[in-house]
Amino acid sequence: MADQSPAVETVNPVDDAINHLIEKFGAAVQRDTRDGYSGVIVDPAQLVRVGRYVRDTLNYEYLANAAAVDYLGKGDHLEMVYHTYRVSGGPALVLKAQTPREDAVLPSLVPVWPGANFQEREAWDLMGIRFDGHPNLKRILMWEGFAGHPLRKDWKEAYYEQDQKPFDSRWPGGQVSRSEEHNAYGKNVKYPDGFTLDDYESLAEKAIYDTMPLGVDVSADISTDRVVVSLGPQHPSTHGVFRMVAAIEGETIRGLEPVMGYLHRNHEKIGERNTFLQNMPFTDRLDYFCSLSNNLGYALGVEQLMAHGARWEAPSRRAEAIRVLMVELTRILNHLVAIGFMLNDLGAYFTPLMYAIIERELILDFFEAVTGSRMMCNYMRFGGVAADLPASLRSTANQVNDRVREFDTMQYLRELIHDRLPRAVDQTDQLLTTNEIVTSRCIDVGILSKEDAIAYSAAGPVLRASGVPYDIRRAEPYSLYPELEFDVAVRYHGDIYDRYLIRLDEMRQSLRILKQILPILEETKGQSFFSGRGGIYSPRVPAGESYGRAENPKGELGYYIVSDGGQNPWRYHVRAPSFINLTALEQMSKGNKIADVVAILGSIDIVLGELDR
Amino acid sequence: MTESNFLRELHDPDVPVPEGMQSSVAVTNLRKLADTVYNWGRRNSIWPMAFGLACCAIEMIATASSRFDQARFGMEVLRASPRQADLMLVSGTVTKKMVVPIVRLYNQMSEPKYVLAMGACAIGGGPFKEGYNVVSGVDKYIPVDVYVPGCPPTPQALLWGLIKLQEKIDKQSLGNANSTPWYGRGPSDEVPVPVLGPDIVDPRQAHLLRREAEAVQAQMVQAEGEEN
Amino acid sequence: MYGSGILRGLGVTLRHLVNTYVEDIRWGFRRHIPNEAFPQRQGLQTRGIFTVEYPDEKLAVPERFRFIPFLVVENYDHPERPGHDWCTSCGICAKVCPPQCIWIVRGTDPVTNRPKPEPEEFFIDIDICMNCGLCAEFCPFDAIKMDHDYELASYDRTTAHIYNKQHLSKEFNYWKAIAPTRAEEEAQARGGWDHKDVIKQREKEAKAQAGGPTRPTVTGP
Repeated sequence: MADQSPAVETVNPVDDAINHLIEKFGAAVQRDTRDGYSGVIVDPAQLVRVGRYVRDTLNYEYLANAAAVDYLGKGDHLEMVYHTYRVSGGPALVLKAQTPREDAVLPSLVPVWPGANFQEREAWDLMGIRFDGHPNLKRILMWEGFAGHPLRKDWKEAYYEQDQKPFDSRWPGGQVSRSEEHNAYGKNVKYPDGFTLDDYESLAEKAIYDTMPLGVDVSADISTDRVVVSLGPQHPSTHGVFRMVAAIEGETIRGLEPVMGYLHRNHEKIGERNTFLQNMPFTDRLDYFCSLSNNLGYALGVEQLMAHGARWEAPSRRAEAIRVLMVELTRILNHLVAIGFMLNDLGAYFTPLMYAIIERELILDFFEAVTGSRMMCNYMRFGGVAADLPASLRSTANQVNDRVREFDTMQYLRELIHDRLPRAVDQTDQLLTTNEIVTSRCIDVGILSKEDAIAYSAAGPVLRASGVPYDIRRAEPYSLYPELEFDVAVRYHGDIYDRYLIRLDEMRQSLRILKQILPILEETKGQSFFSGRGGIYSPRVPAGESYGRAENPKGELGYYIVSDGGQNPWRYHVRAPSFINLTALEQMSKGNKIADVVAILGSIDIVLGELDR
Repeated sequence: MTESNFLRELHDPDVPVPEGMQSSVAVTNLRKLADTVYNWGRRNSIWPMAFGLACCAIEMIATASSRFDQARFGMEVLRASPRQADLMLVSGTVTKKMVVPIVRLYNQMSEPKYVLAMGACAIGGGPFKEGYNVVSGVDKYIPVDVYVPGCPPTPQALLWGLIKLQEKIDKQSLGNANSTPWYGRGPSDEVPVPVLGPDIVDPRQAHLLRREAEAVQAQMVQAEGEEN
Repeated sequence: MYGSGILRGLGVTLRHLVNTYVEDIRWGFRRHIPNEAFPQRQGLQTRGIFTVEYPDEKLAVPERFRFIPFLVVENYDHPERPGHDWCTSCGICAKVCPPQCIWIVRGTDPVTNRPKPEPEEFFIDIDICMNCGLCAEFCPFDAIKMDHDYELASYDRTTAHIYNKQHLSKEFNYWKAIAPTRAEEEAQARGGWDHKDVIKQREKEAKAQAGGPTRPTVTGP
């Protein structure tokens, strides 16, 4: 950023906003002058006031991401980073607040942006920052009673081996062992000194029910006791291991709390130990329907950092075309399946999902032939993609009863995009859109208003179904999107039905994009698919921070990456759309019947790998 | 010979068939016949529990849907309730928080019950093994019958694992109480449900914990003594 | 009309039902002839029944398919070095492996006690491996490749799931068989079907024969 030309700086709206802030708040707001960093550092005492000003006066009303960073040994403080955006588009205004590592306290921004709710809870859970004024500050991914805040740099897990990969024991010594062999309990556990089970009472369940609004409501016509119902984590319509605890009165929802963390796989902690490249296959496992979109978001984040370094070449046009091709196919795949799952939740059981999965299999055949795996594609690299499209999608036969198929790649794509997928979308439309059961269960249920959608930081189809035409492919374009022609789908009622319709719209727009991509693929045939030298497994990433965001099928997927110039990211935070979209679940569900909550959840389209990370 | 004694001898493979009877092995074949019928019935009507954990669950759904079609193996009836399920497909990363419900679900399943660990994570923690919230293999808590490696295993790999499970069922015998404990008398043993403490605690290891705690205390006493 | 939406939806399912029979009649017995109706049934033209009768017919995997890695060794009928490891134990795969599931014991020369370019042991814990393929992608000697064999289900993980070198080794012809196009591309990049080092050695010898030593040999003082 240091060598940016002054001409650019004067028109930069963010700079303008920062100048405004400094003018207004004086010494409480300071520019972040660290090399490779941007935004402002705000005095914690003034944070809420600054937040209000940023939201109301400067119009950065959308809080996309709030992440905590532990700067142990680099200033020894914890830092909370907030990325705020204008709904009309443009780059981020980044606010930061610092607090000492011992007794870390910051004011809560939930009164300003309700969307910060879960993110602040996550920061408390994993980083140990206490938020003053937070309505319900308790652990979110781990359970209440867990010892320590695991994302702090000095917190070591039971299988801790070394701070950074690669581990020394792998080569050349090769001391092979299973990690559990070195643990006294033979398991992935460690306990505080002197802990025994004798008269220990677990807090994990108790804490969940503590904050539920219970008691008798005498003001209503029929006064009934409120009952708490726990749905999940094993429930056929919670999309995996998600759990909701609902306080109900009769059948009406009065309060609802999502309970998560049942698939918390420590993505971020592992990510900070991995090298930059090693994180790529891990991103596949975030939103396991859309591994390629996850790859792209991460690649964008790291490429932003690498762009400051020497010898950086942007991905070639062919690489970008392949990326867009893959990502848009993923979007269609995801939306088809998401609609299928939503109908499954509505009681259609498997039929729409079955039809969706047929199309999904055909797309996966393509993915498998190009990337090598059906689901975990691990395909994008910093500066391009891992391999070019093969000339033909050929399945080799190495066993007697294997059945061989061979299709010409471009021919397959053309048929898929021009013929097969449009038909599939139309079929879904025909099957469901006018279906009376669908309409009566979906229309005017689970409404999220435009204002709420922005305040709760909803993203993706959920945001756009509420009447906010915010799509990162247009608001802050990346890759080839600026030159591609497509419309941002938007619907205005914000109910389940609109969230269903918007997925159909988006699939049609994706097909439009794909039709434009095909000629680009033809004309760039033979070009390099990777810029720079191949075969480098530890690319040099300059120090600094970056926030790579991509419009995933489920919403804004962001990667907040802090590099200290080494081989591994210092901080690697994932802004998961499923996670943050759920902040609004209670708002959408209150007053509805309990049977509708399942449908509302289905319409948000969550995926647990990303939700819990 | 009372009937129960006779049956017990019949079931005991160590009791030799009398020499005169070996030519007419109808008696021993009766057991085999019963085994065959029982196993044929069980292997072709395995009802899995509709229970997905992570990425592998999607491949499990793909296996159940039209291209790979589990129904060909009589496994299409995905039950949401553990009471009605024979097979628990542990499809995905088992976290410490999730292992508590998993053990509970396992206890609630009725015999005969089988567990198939699908994917690297369920088998041994997988790529996430080093994480602080990941159980290194579901078999640390509940017994597993078949392991299907892969990350994730393709639907065909999972089908192969299910065929392996069928083969395993084929080998089970009414006479052998070790392989089929549910033909014994009385309820089968429950797996103690883990406790979410400062870290996950397996109640079966309570004595280990106590021993460690005592060792720590002894050390402290010793340290104090040295100071004085 | 109320209910027309449901009827329209039912029409879609009915079409799917009818299509299964239409396809059956259209293909008749040929449906069971290998490799004729199959690509049609498992391609974009598919209508009606879409099922692969798995253990009897298998959906072949594409060349780039990735499952657990294996180590390439020289063909067992190779004239000079049959069964010799292609791996030089440079350790790049172990370093690049994201979940760190590769352990390599570098070989040492028993006489000089110096490291020599072949692995003494090579372990992969398949309970950790995430099939990402980075090891194969970054191996400079084409010595580690991703396998196509996915039928690995087992009854016991404690004894069989850490693969050792013996278990991992497969001859080069196997790689050529499962991935002909890629094997050929790689061979072109290397300059021959042999191991990179063998080719280099051969080139050196050829040069030496053609025009004496390419580099002046350092003689003693």
